Amino acid sequence: MHPAPSVIVFTTLSGLGFGLLFFLGLGLPDVTGWVAFTFFAIAYALAVGGLMASTFHLGHPERAMKAFTQWRSSWLSREGWCAVIALVLMGLYALGVVFLGQRWGLLGLLGSVFSALTVFTTSMIYTQLRTIPRWNMKLTPAMFLSFSLAGGALLAGQVGFAFPLLLIAALVQLGYWQMGDRALAASGTDLGTATGLGARGRVRAFEPPHTGTNYLLREFVHVVGRKHSDRLRIIAFGLAFVLPALLLLLPFNHLFALMAVLSHLAGVATSRWLFFAQAEHVVGLYYGKR
Amino acid sequence: MTELPTNTKRKMGLVIDLDTCVGCHACVISCKGWNTENYGAPLSDQDPYGADPSGTFLNRVHSYEVQPESGPAQLIHFPKSCLHCEDAPCVTVCPTGASYKRVEDGIVLVNESDCIGCGLCAWSCPYGARELDQAEGVMKKCTLCVDRIYNDNLPEEDRVPSCVRTCPAGARHFGDFADPDSNVSKLSAERGGMDLMPEMGTKPVNKYLPPRPKDQIDEQIDILAPLLAPVADEASGFLGWLDKALDKMPGGSR
Repeated sequence: MHPAPSVIVFTTLSGLGFGLLFFLGLGLPDVTGWVAFTFFAIAYALAVGGLMASTFHLGHPERAMKAFTQWRSSWLSREGWCAVIALVLMGLYALGVVFLGQRWGLLGLLGSVFSALTVFTTSMIYTQLRTIPRWNMKLTPAMFLSFSLAGGALLAGQVGFAFPLLLIAALVQLGYWQMGDRALAASGTDLGTATGLGARGRVRAFEPPHTGTNYLLREFVHVVGRKHSDRLRIIAFGLAFVLPALLLLLPFNHLFALMAVLSHLAGVATSRWLFFAQAEHVVGLYYGKR
Repeated sequence: MTELPTNTKRKMGLVIDLDTCVGCHACVISCKGWNTENYGAPLSDQDPYGADPSGTFLNRVHSYEVQPESGPAQLIHFPKSCLHCEDAPCVTVCPTGASYKRVEDGIVLVNESDCIGCGLCAWSCPYGARELDQAEGVMKKCTLCVDRIYNDNLPEEDRVPSCVRTCPAGARHFGDFADPDSNVSKLSAERGGMDLMPEMGTKPVNKYLPPRPKDQIDEQIDILAPLLAPVADEASGFLGWLDKALDKMPGGSR
């Protein structure tokens, strides 16, 4: 798949933002006034910034409101609803915490639930696609949720939660790569089933339908950078999990905390780039590109 | 509404005969022509006369080589357009309801004024049947020439999809798969019409007829072959001397 910057920025930033909102809604950290304002400002900047980025790849962003209509069948529509509900609930909750010094626990809890649901619905947009075996796995939502919660805990300064959550996210990441590398072969889809000619012999793409490129090849048959994927995995894993965990072990210091967050953010962004760049859409089979 | 209809009264679709298709791409061109001038946004081209031309097409013809365990390889031309699936994933993923499957005839269409151009329907299609038009920013796909098949202004023989009307080899057939006595149902039953990627669970309406088995080439290539058999296994006379003399030279076979 084409690793469009807009979707990488969107899933990385809003995942982190909604992860932070999840913890803020639970009263972790239990802060009020200006400190709370700063936390909420960071969370909203990440969550809303990410959502804004996601509209950049639309052909007609001005019609984006129509995407709220099909929540009964479409995960993308459900994601839109969950994001708006989470942001409204957490906005009201933030008003109480920041300006009134009041913590409305139930409202915060609901906001946390919808923040997590937003991340889950985002992951389901990818997970539902049987055309991309590497995404069509139960580990995909597990990865999105564990990354979001680990990043949220890190950003919320919840060292007690951040450490185990980083460990869980790291294990999910390793499992995802392990299973993902086998997903296309395990799906049973190949050029033989794609053309229905597999039983007759070995099928080879002899001549493409067009001499130039097209939307399908640009969008679904991204190959640039695959050769660096192993190195990028090591970089992503080191930045997202190992370095932040090591920084957490050091005595607390705001500079270390900031470094841990930035390192995690860069690592997750790298992992997300790989998530898209390595995903093999089965339409590539028709072009002999798998 | 992006929920799929539980049942459609008719199932209009195509039978594509892989045995007959000659790979001329006439269906590609007639499709591009008809659908640029009629229903919805035109099918745009980018840099059409430049160094890197590309454009939107609703129908494309691939060519595959199939190498059986034994015998010669076979070349199969493979036209591919929307299969108007009964369980179309491109419909249910649409967040706006722009992508829909018609209850009356099962045709999958895009309401272009509702399309936000997110591309998710193209992601969900295993067949590459949908292309986002780069000029209009909306999703384009085969309409089964919905503006031809019911069009009373056209002569009756033209009330079929443009690709079917154009095919010089008669490799494309249009009809109603819900009717077991229709031309397409009978053709598909006779020739073992097959689904593409059945494991995707999309239940395509369009069927592909597999190529018929080719004649087997036996030991004897031609009825004239016995007359062409070598008259002498061992060369003699001048040619025999030349054969031996050349073999004795450096680099000779003995």
